Amino acid sequence: MTVEMLIFVIFVLSVFLGFELISKVPSMLHTPLMSGTNAIHGIILLGGMLALAEADGFMQSAAGFAAVVLGSANVFGGFMVTDRMLQMFKRKK
Amino acid sequence: MITSFAFLIASVLFILGIKLLASPKTARRGNLIAGLGMVIALLAVLPQLHGSHGEGVSLWKWLLIFVGILLGLVVGAAGAYKVKMTAMPQMVALFNGAGGGAAALVAAIEFAHLTQKSSLVFVISMLCAAMIGAVSLSGSIIAFFKLEGHFDKPVTYPAQQMLNGLLFVVSLLLALAMAAGSHSMVLMCLFLVIALALGVLMVMPIGGADMPVVISLLNSFTGLAVAADGFAIDNVAMIIAGTLVGSSGTILTLAMCQAMNRPVTNVLFSAFGKVDATASAAAAATGSVKSVQADEAALLLGMAGRVVIVPGYGLAVAQAQHQVRQLADELAKKGVEVSFAIHPVAGRMPGHMNVLLAEADVPYEQLIEMETINPEMEHVDVCLVIGANDVVNPAAHEDKSSPIYGMPIIEAEKAGTVIVMKRSMGKGFAGIENALFLRDNCRMLFGDAKASLQELVTLVKAG
Repeated sequence: MTVEMLIFVIFVLSVFLGFELISKVPSMLHTPLMSGTNAIHGIILLGGMLALAEADGFMQSAAGFAAVVLGSANVFGGFMVTDRMLQMFKRKK
Repeated sequence: MITSFAFLIASVLFILGIKLLASPKTARRGNLIAGLGMVIALLAVLPQLHGSHGEGVSLWKWLLIFVGILLGLVVGAAGAYKVKMTAMPQMVALFNGAGGGAAALVAAIEFAHLTQKSSLVFVISMLCAAMIGAVSLSGSIIAFFKLEGHFDKPVTYPAQQMLNGLLFVVSLLLALAMAAGSHSMVLMCLFLVIALALGVLMVMPIGGADMPVVISLLNSFTGLAVAADGFAIDNVAMIIAGTLVGSSGTILTLAMCQAMNRPVTNVLFSAFGKVDATASAAAAATGSVKSVQADEAALLLGMAGRVVIVPGYGLAVAQAQHQVRQLADELAKKGVEVSFAIHPVAGRMPGHMNVLLAEADVPYEQLIEMETINPEMEHVDVCLVIGANDVVNPAAHEDKSSPIYGMPIIEAEKAGTVIVMKRSMGKGFAGIENALFLRDNCRMLFGDAKASLQELVTLVKAG
């Protein structure tokens, strides 16, 4: 199996995994779940870091810097806002 | 090798995190576990960073990277902790747009580094990432403004489908040219601009009430864009995380549409809220509105055996979740059985109302879902509707011409007495009339929800 094929297999399996993971979710968790998965795609920060590292010249560096800032806001803001939401689900003792 | 292993661990933590997020008891832990996975992935990528010719990363690049991360951290944290609970959906939209924008930028930079030897698969995934990321960015920004109340009515214009179709064809042609080997940055920029325009045009015709569905959809878009970027730069962690978000986001979007009993195509392409305003208005205009004063309402509530409170977005806007909890506590002291009926799409997002009431320390056990409360509604003495409108509108059952026909509702009209607390006789978010307000067993308590609730609390306490 070539590397491309292997990566494609990972992709297809991930699709099914994503479907299976949240098949039965109570509607009260829809908002936190959306927010939580929103934070997870903040992994684009990795892509931003890799792209900025290999950027040549001013324009590319500026674009890469913007990508890092946006990605970082996505990932950190995303996890924090989700945690703040979920903090409020504490049971009253 | 170590990096790959770290990415594997991060991916497992993401999967576990999403799994735990889907259950109320473990949700918070799930979020933290996914966050831990993210930290591991971030640290693991550091040794992988390299310059455009494989050389080490220069000092000022390291500086740029860390300053960039720090800046994003500060902005993200400020947004996450400053935002009011009612504005949560907007914040998620903005963070999602940021991710989409980052995905598009990464794709554009990678495109600039293409050589003639680059594999076609990488070029195509790059183009997908650029397109979807840009659509997600501009679409999220429009969704943000719609939730903030700007141009929240559906915006339609002539030849809408034609224009969108035309732009899509042009972007497809540009993509073909670039995939065929024309690696010009001018084409790429044009491609991005068209994608941004498409995102705007896609969201503009959709009514403000449907924004949660749109944000959820754009969230899964961003996930796919990130996965496509992962293909382009050969990063497994990005592929897995992005794909998971893409597919789970799709399921979530469908679940939300299901809660409103509308097919997703209907949400995205029907310019909801513009249709049939006249028809339902005509059907609703029988009977008269009976208003009630706070003292009488307090009497009704205090004498009831069972009270069901239906909170809506109006409650959230008035920031009255604490007052409503006080009222529930006071009534409970008098021996009244109090529960809250939560419509799946009450508020601006599914689950939004649960978050708000949880903030005011309303115990879980009092929050009852729509399906459970409806069969019991006939035995309820007083149903107190606070700032909710569309989710209790009987037109969803009775009026075939209504745009919300078929949507499941909380059957407030079956209760002995319905007290509706409302600012005025204005329409709900869907922009349609509500026949409930004209029913014989319905009393309107006009005024600001917070002030009225405060008054009710005092009166119930005294009475």
